[in-house]
Parts: sequence; structure tokens; C-alpha cells
Amino acid sequence: MPFIPHTEQDVQDMLEVIGASDIEQLFDEIPANLRSRKLEAVPDAMSEQEISRLMRARAAQDGQPLCFIGAGAYEHHIPAAVWEITTRGEFYSAYTPYQAEASQGTLQLIYEFQSMMTALMGMEVSNASLYDGASALAEAMLMAVRANRKSKSRRILVPSNVHPAYRKTARTIVNNQGIEDLVLPYDESGGHVTLDSLAQYEGEDIAALVISQPNFFGVLEEVDALTDWAHANGALVIAVVNPIAMALLKPPGRWGAEGADIVVGEGQPLGIPLSSGGPYFGFMCTKQAHVRQMPGRIVGRTVDRDGRVGYTLTLQAREQHIRRSKATSNICTNQGLMVTAATIHMAMVGAEGLRRVALTSHARTRKLVEQISGEHLGPRFNRPYFHEVVLTSSLPLKRLLRPLYAQNLQPGYVLNDDYPELGEALLVCATETKSDADLDFYRDHLARAIAAQTAAGCPVKPTMA
Amino acid sequence: MLIFEHSRPGRRAWAQAPQQADMDAADDLPQELLRDDLPALPEVSEMQVVRHYTRLSQKNFSIDTQFYPLGSCTMKYNPRACNTLAMLPGFLARHPLAPASAGQGTLTCLFELQEMLKEVTGMQAVSLAPAAGAQGEFAGVAMIRAYHDARGDTERTEILVPDAAHGTNPATATMCGYKVREIPTDEVGDVDFEALRKAVGSHTAGIMLTNPSTLGVFERRIKEIAGIVHDAGGLLYYDGANLNAILGKVRPGDMGFDVIHMNLHKTFSTPHGGGGPGAGPVGVSARLEPFLPIPLVGYDGDEYHWVTERERPQSIGRLSAFMGNAGVLMRAYIYARMLGREGMNRVAEYATLNANYLMKRLENAGFDLAFPTRRATHEFIVTLKRQKQQQNITAMDFAKRLLDFGFHAPTTYFPLLVPECLLIEPTETESREELDGFVEAMIKILEEAEQTPDLLREAPHTQPVRRLDEVRAARELDLRWVAGG
Repeated sequence: MPFIPHTEQDVQDMLEVIGASDIEQLFDEIPANLRSRKLEAVPDAMSEQEISRLMRARAAQDGQPLCFIGAGAYEHHIPAAVWEITTRGEFYSAYTPYQAEASQGTLQLIYEFQSMMTALMGMEVSNASLYDGASALAEAMLMAVRANRKSKSRRILVPSNVHPAYRKTARTIVNNQGIEDLVLPYDESGGHVTLDSLAQYEGEDIAALVISQPNFFGVLEEVDALTDWAHANGALVIAVVNPIAMALLKPPGRWGAEGADIVVGEGQPLGIPLSSGGPYFGFMCTKQAHVRQMPGRIVGRTVDRDGRVGYTLTLQAREQHIRRSKATSNICTNQGLMVTAATIHMAMVGAEGLRRVALTSHARTRKLVEQISGEHLGPRFNRPYFHEVVLTSSLPLKRLLRPLYAQNLQPGYVLNDDYPELGEALLVCATETKSDADLDFYRDHLARAIAAQTAAGCPVKPTMA
Repeated sequence: MLIFEHSRPGRRAWAQAPQQADMDAADDLPQELLRDDLPALPEVSEMQVVRHYTRLSQKNFSIDTQFYPLGSCTMKYNPRACNTLAMLPGFLARHPLAPASAGQGTLTCLFELQEMLKEVTGMQAVSLAPAAGAQGEFAGVAMIRAYHDARGDTERTEILVPDAAHGTNPATATMCGYKVREIPTDEVGDVDFEALRKAVGSHTAGIMLTNPSTLGVFERRIKEIAGIVHDAGGLLYYDGANLNAILGKVRPGDMGFDVIHMNLHKTFSTPHGGGGPGAGPVGVSARLEPFLPIPLVGYDGDEYHWVTERERPQSIGRLSAFMGNAGVLMRAYIYARMLGREGMNRVAEYATLNANYLMKRLENAGFDLAFPTRRATHEFIVTLKRQKQQQNITAMDFAKRLLDFGFHAPTTYFPLLVPECLLIEPTETESREELDGFVEAMIKILEEAEQTPDLLREAPHTQPVRRLDEVRAARELDLRWVAGG
């Protein structure tokens, strides 16, 4: 019996204490007409050896491709120690730290996490995580409507260059509460949000403006001007940022005269494997003034009866288990173990290390773009970018790229479905994990594919700029 | 000591960052967008990091080191194979936006998990998208709303929630734009039937129920409740927090539920991780299937693929950027395959055996049960109301003293309607000796409560810290380390 320790003797002795004749009798309060039939669709049990063999075969099926896709999830080096320590049973199999005295390890770690995230973002407070970057944006939008005392509005400006899946997720979560997202266009040549596009909302009651740095296209936004515009118009600023980029770029706490009000993003680049999309973690930081409107768990430092320093969950009056229907969010379980990994990762790599990762990733992407741009493929936008670029092509991408997949190379994320107006567009990213040989491999196979397509007499549109 | 306090300027874990990187790499970026300093992260060596976090881990209770009789949380053994196999490099390296053809291994596992969860819950279809129980609840109630809206039935503004429910239930109903109406519980722990009858009407969108309830008893009149709510046009939501109690024995779909969420980090043994990640798949009856959150995993007889809004235009939408907590789902899949058909049955059987045994032994030892006439399900409630009155000893005192005996405390002060309660759930993976050890500790503490009550009031005595000043924590907020602060 997998994972059940009982001997037959145990069962007999225990039933005797209970006063039951068999285990079945313990279910006598369940009406007989509700009892399950046999679970036909569940297969027979497998031993650990059998399941190991099956899973190894399936993992091999997924392979380990050379991946140039970014689009919200990034392959970075993860120090071996990160997951060795994170999966220690004392972290891996611990419960939520409600019993503070028996959870000081997890609690202190979260306090350190909050300290690191606020340092990275230039903000005053951080929570202990949300599910992922997309759901964190949704929570930030709900929070902004609560926190913006100057505004009675439930409207939030969301540029269309914010990650498309984030915008969809936010809609799923906020629309039931009557919150409306107004879509802001991006600049046709720059790919960024301009003050011109905001002009029509001047003087209107808007709860918040979302600014993504870098945005989904990898393009950098003019964050100072946008932040100041929002504040001058009584709107809060919700920043959506890549945490690795914040070791290099101006952090949201310093945007404009007053800084962003709420900062969220995807924590995955901080030591979390790609793993088909999860588990990752969403982070959220804000200003001290808004801390009581922030959703999710927060750890505070305090003292015990003897005056010793200790850590505990605090401001729990915001949360569902205390305030029930009046809580700031329904969130309960968050992404504790991912935060454990991210904290160890940040401690290990350090600020200088993160900056090197950011710089090297950016340099790799620049080099890749240089190598693969040409007659049939080139950058779409003319604004500065960070470690990710939209390239457009005169050739139909899906057909063009097919032979690259056959080489176990994933050349980027095709944007045709999300942004049809861009035509044949590819979002590419090279992180520090890509060597010169990897970039050459991409260049050579792409060149071959282009040659094959053009030689085959495919329709060729005018060359892109 | 904080990791920041080990920091020295210029110290590094040298092996962990790219060797060469200079600011020239960013010479294409405008100066005003760059950061002019480095963030104040600790500057420490690799070994310092390893030692610091290993030591921190040792300040935790965990399933791997202690018994956690934590009611409603199902703290069972997390098989190591689930972790090792879910972390095979082929699974970890897979980018979420890589083509489905380059992820058939992962997708096969997820599809088969969907099928198994359908079978054990008796639902028509399952989506694995929700990242945790509370997100599953959100998806469930959002589907109820989408269903009524799609029929033009927009007068339904209320969700009914029993007063014993988890806090996430009412919080979720609010997030979905509903008003919450609480339904009281009767003296033997069932939903107050008359109160329910009066509350149900044309304004009822649905009811959220946990069965067995958080009171540790099976709601016996569930079929009648389903009838009343359905007759009024409302739908039934099943909170799967306590699914472990009935796995393989009775299925929510057969009880009449329209939508259910499961906590895979409870019933399917994925790790709690010190507060997540969980996974909260939702299952639905046929009429809610079009509204399931995306992505789902589909199979066309040849290949597995992601089912998106193109195939499901009525879906309530996405809940995360990619695929919920995919790696957690993989762990649950591995666990389910190792249990197999027979193993699923045994989960409920041995969890119930352990709970009833523990309940009987504690009752024999002089503890008061909240519902002495009822069978325990996978959990039960002891009330210390008498001890509070006689010795001024609280459930909190008891819980903290248990830590000194090496046992994690049971759930205290939940459900809110039982005074001074300990909600106790042993799970099926604990041995009889462990349960006996817990009973002995409880008996000893009961004696202490009479003879040396201060031992309880001042407990714990053996942990890294004693009881913390929570008032100070909330009033003088100290939420981050600041250099020189």
C-alpha cells in the first residue's frame, strides 16, 4: 500500500478502539445511494521504478531545445545550490508559517525576500508573492482602485504593448468587479507608449496607468514622463517590470518625480526553471502609504517575550481568513517555495551578478539581431530595447521557421496571432545562456531556410527597414 | 542573523555570474533610463549562502521532520519521487510558448491527469489552469456567473455560504461581484435546513459547500440541499478542501455538484512549500463545460495540444500568463499514478481510520468533542471550552505547548463557530505509533493544564523564539532590512 504504514494488526487494534467491525463501517454516514462505483478510468498502481521509467521517457520526448523564446519567461543560469536547498524537506514540506515559533526559517527567509525585492524595485514594501506576473497585474489593478483616494473611477489605462496574456488574465479577474481596462495604442514606429496617446484622457478620472518596462516587445518606455503624466492626472502608476532588468534600468520607485505606486512582475527570471509555465511567482511592491491595501501575505520583524528578534505574518486583518468577504483578495496559498528559490538565487548571484546577467543577456540579443537581420528579416521598432526584440519578415514565418524546429532550435515567439497588424513578426531573446556557437547555429540555419524559401519562388514582399 | 548581516563589500559567489560584462554592452540605452547604483542585495560567498539558508531551514517544522495534525490542510507525506521526476531536465527546460509538438511528454501527463481527476470527482470536464485553491474557487464562481449571464439570468446577485466555510469562499464570492449570505449550522454540524430553505430564491446564484464540512462531518442531506438550490435555479459549488476524506468513496458529481475545485497540494500530496505553490484544478458538470478556464489540454487522437479561446469562445478566460502551476500538476500526476485505482480508495479509508482512532483515544482521555454523536471523517474537532472556563487555558496555549513536544499544532480557532477548537487531521500516511505519541502528549498537556498551567501559557519553550509580539509587529511595521537602519 503506497505511503500507508498500517499493518493488518494495526488496523484490527485501531478498529477495536473505535468500536467498528471494519473500515467500511466508518463511512456509514454517507448515504448508500451516493457511494462510488469502481474508478474505471484510473489505471493500476505503478511502483517507483515503473513511474520513473515512464517519466524519463516522457521528459526525453520534450527534449532540451536551443530556445530563443522569451515573451515573459526567460532561461537563465540557476546555481546548483538554489534547488538543492529549496527542496530540503524543511522548506519543501513545511506548511504556511501560521505557527510563527515553528516556522522561523520560512518567515525570516520571506523577510529577506521582501528586503531584496524592495531594494531591487526601489520601493518601500513588498508582499510574500502572488501566483504569477499576470495574476499579479490583476491584483494590482484591483488594489489601485481601492488605494486611489483621489479617484472614483474604475477605469485603468492598459497599453496594448503589455504582455497579451497578462491583459487577458487581468480581464478575467477584474471584470467581474466592474473594473474596465482602456486599451492604449503603442507608437507605430517606436513600439512604446507616447504622451500623445494619453492626451485624449487628460482631465478624465482614471484610477491608474499601467507601464511595462521593458514592454512585451522588449522596447523601453519613457517611464519618467509617463509616470509624471499619470500623477498630474490623479492616476496611480502600476509598473510591470522584469526583475533582472531592474539591476540595470532605473527602478520603478524612481520613475518621475514621485515613483510608481504599485510594482508587479514575473519573478521567474530569479532562479525559477521554465517548466512549461509554472510554478513561477508574481511579486508585488508598493509605497508604505498603500500597505494596508496590498493583497497577499506580509512578514514583519518583531520581538518575542524575552526580547529576542523574531518574524511573523503581519497585517493579517487584510486577509480572507480574518476578514472573509471584506478581504483585499481571496488569495491564501501563494508561491512560497518559489520565493525560497528566488531569495537564495538573489543572495547567491548578488546585485553585481544580476547586473552582469542583464548586461550579458542584452549583449547576446544585440549580437543575435545583428547576425540574423538582413534582406528578409529586421527589427520592427526604432526605440531602444532590453534583451528582446521584434523582428519582422517579408517571408511567411511559420513556413520559414519550420526547418529550424527540426534542428531542435526554437527561434522565437511568432506574434501573428497576438498582433496581426505587425504582419510576419517574431519576438526573439537571447540570454546569457547562449554562446557564440549557439548564435552562429541560429544564423546559419536561418540563412539556409531563407535561401530555401526564396529559391523556391515564394512570394517576396518589399524588404523591411 | 540576516543574510544582509553577512555581507561585505566586494565579496561574491564568483562562479555564479557571467565573467565578462561591462557597461559598453548597454551603450545603446539612454542614460536617463539606466540605474545609477546597484540594488542593496547582500554581498556574500557561495558557502555563506548555503550555510545561512540550510540553517534557516532547520528552524522550520515540516512533514519530513514532524507530525502535522493540521485540520483542513491534509499534511500528508510528499513522496520524494514526485519531486525528482517532475524536475527531470526535459520537463524543466520546456518553454511555455514552445510549440505543443515539442512538449508531448508534458502534455500527455497533463491530459491523463485531467482524465483521472474527472473520474475521481465524477465531473464532466476538468481544467488544470487555476494556480491554487482560491484561484480554483474564483474560476468556479466566475463560471457560475458566466452561466447565468449567458442565459440572460442577471437577477441572481447572491451566493450562499455556510458559516463554517473557509474564508476564501466569501472572499471569492465578493471578487466575482456577488453578495454573500451566510447560512447557519445546526447543533450536530449539518447545514441548518430551514435557514437554507428561507434563504434560497430567485436571487440565488449558487451555494458554496465543503463536504465533509470543515466541522469534520459529512453533510448527510446533501441530495436534498442540491434539490432545493437547483429547483430555485441556483448552482452548487464544491470546495474540494476536504476531498481526501472521500477519495474513491463518494464523488462530488454524484452528490449533485455543478462545479468543484480540488487542492492538489492536499489530496494529491504536492508539497505545501511553506505556503505554496499549490494547484486548484476545477471540474464541472456538462452545462458549465463551455466556461472552463483556459488553457485545457486536448487530444485529437494523434497529438496533444493546448485548448485556447479559439476552441472555447465562452471560456471565462485565462488565470495566469501560461499554464498555472504546471510543475505542481506533474507532481500530482506522478502521485496519482503511484496510487492507482486501489490506492485512491485507500487514501480515504486510512485517513478516516486514523481520524476516528485519534478521536476515540482523545475522547477516552477526557477531551470534549465538538460533535460527539458524529463519525469523524478525515478530521474532527476537540473543543477546550471547558478548560478555558475552568483553568483559563486557551486552544492557543495548548497549540503552542504541543510544539514543545515536537508536534505541529492542529488548526486552531477555525472553524470560527466552535469555541476554543482544535481541528485535527492526521492523514493516512501517519503510523499508529505516531498517533499514540500525539495522544500521550495531549494527555500530558492536559495534566499540566491543571498542575502547572503557566507551562502552557508561556509555551513554547523549546523553539528558536517564544511567543512573538504580534501587536508590535502590526503597529511598528518593520517589513524590510535597511542598511544602517
